[in-house]
Amino acid sequence: MTVDVPQNPTSQKRAPERASSLSMIITLGGIAMLSGLLVVLTWQLTLAPIRENQRIMIEKAIFQVIPGATQRRSYALTDKGLEDLEPQSHANKNSSSQDKYSQTKAAKNSTLKFYAAYDVQGQLKGIAAEAAAQGYADIVRLLYGYDPQCQCIRGFSIIKMAETPGLGDKILTDENFLDNFSALDARLSYDKKTLGNPIITVKHGSKNNPWEIDAISGATITSKAVGKAINQGAEQLLPKLYPYLQQLQTNSSLNALSLNLKKEKGEE
Amino acid sequence: MPLKDDHTITADTFLAGIWKENPVFVMLLGMCPVLAVTNSVINALAMGIATTFVLLCSSSLISLLRNLIPKEVRIATYIVIIATFVTITDYVIQAISLELYNALGAFIQLIVVNCMILGRAEAYASKNRLLKTITNSLGMGIGFSIALLCLGSVRELLGNGSLLGYSIFGDAFQPWVVMVLPPGGFIVLGAWLLLFNWIKERSAKTTSEALVTQKEFSNAR
Repeated sequence: MTVDVPQNPTSQKRAPERASSLSMIITLGGIAMLSGLLVVLTWQLTLAPIRENQRIMIEKAIFQVIPGATQRRSYALTDKGLEDLEPQSHANKNSSSQDKYSQTKAAKNSTLKFYAAYDVQGQLKGIAAEAAAQGYADIVRLLYGYDPQCQCIRGFSIIKMAETPGLGDKILTDENFLDNFSALDARLSYDKKTLGNPIITVKHGSKNNPWEIDAISGATITSKAVGKAINQGAEQLLPKLYPYLQQLQTNSSLNALSLNLKKEKGEE
Repeated sequence: MPLKDDHTITADTFLAGIWKENPVFVMLLGMCPVLAVTNSVINALAMGIATTFVLLCSSSLISLLRNLIPKEVRIATYIVIIATFVTITDYVIQAISLELYNALGAFIQLIVVNCMILGRAEAYASKNRLLKTITNSLGMGIGFSIALLCLGSVRELLGNGSLLGYSIFGDAFQPWVVMVLPPGGFIVLGAWLLLFNWIKERSAKTTSEALVTQKEFSNAR
């Protein structure tokens, strides 16, 4: 730096400035590269556990909303028909973590995604699907379980919500509220095109019909969001799903081999 | 800062952040997470640990690079370094527990603009040696975590009747719902500040009174 200065007197004053601008670029560039390296490294290292966590969370939610279920398969319902999203059982891990991302896309493309849950014998226990509705603070995203035997909703589990702790999150702990979902009526109408009775949330203490949800007093908006989400989700999915229910039962027995393999893996 | 300070690490270097310069109760820095995520003990604890981690890592790196960073771009450099460690924390928390990650919401990412961390980088890490910076940042981080825990425990206890999820008062207790809501954060913070300042003022008074009596005593003599 000092060597150049005498040769070029006009830049004498600017010399330190120019030198520092170069060092500024070097510093910022160097720091940015170092940061990039660190972030990518962490991303690589945490990718597997994060995906595993997401898979466990979805799986836990499915088995929670469908009592007695021990296995699950992902399906998509498109205009063309039923689509199995799990071509190979060993691809299970990777595909399930992508489920979450394709879920939002699927909603837009009139593709309905759902999970079929089976018991140890490979019998269909129920259908789980995601639904969402605007809650008090943010959108409440949940997974509900549908039992084709009794044509009712057996339970729900929250995937993501930002409801007020102590108020809105009572929907997870309030026993009276959860009792609504022991057998929430979701029968289809006579022509199997819509739900026979729309699932609605009613004011606390005024539940008269099996398709009504008794709201929690003090958490009415969140209770209503749960009802709305389930109603919208069921209204969309269940009529379209109806023709395939039989196929889902047999599908599982066709794939009994792969299911058995999975089962063995799970028991180990 | 005088040169002789550069080498010596005293107990005060560590303890400053916990008591004399507590980032929350004295400097009132980083109020956003203090008010927002302290509605339960576990959230407060996770936030405190995450912030301490970011503070420690970014301060150490800044302290190592302090002679290489030109003055003109120091703030930009600090922010990039802090943002890096926040992103790392973000991923690590997701890997540890998605439930915790959902509970903390956007406040993990917002550690980046926690003025306590930038303040430490600017006021301390850029002027002090690595070991001293680490000691001080650790103290600051622990002080911040303690403050969050102070708020979190009171709010969870009164707002939910529990501590760390375990019921304390039993079923007969009617929770003060306001405590877990945003106003509760302000109320509890105000109460803690009052207590903190009262203790400080009292100890200052006793010291000055002691000084005065000493003076009077020596004058009288």
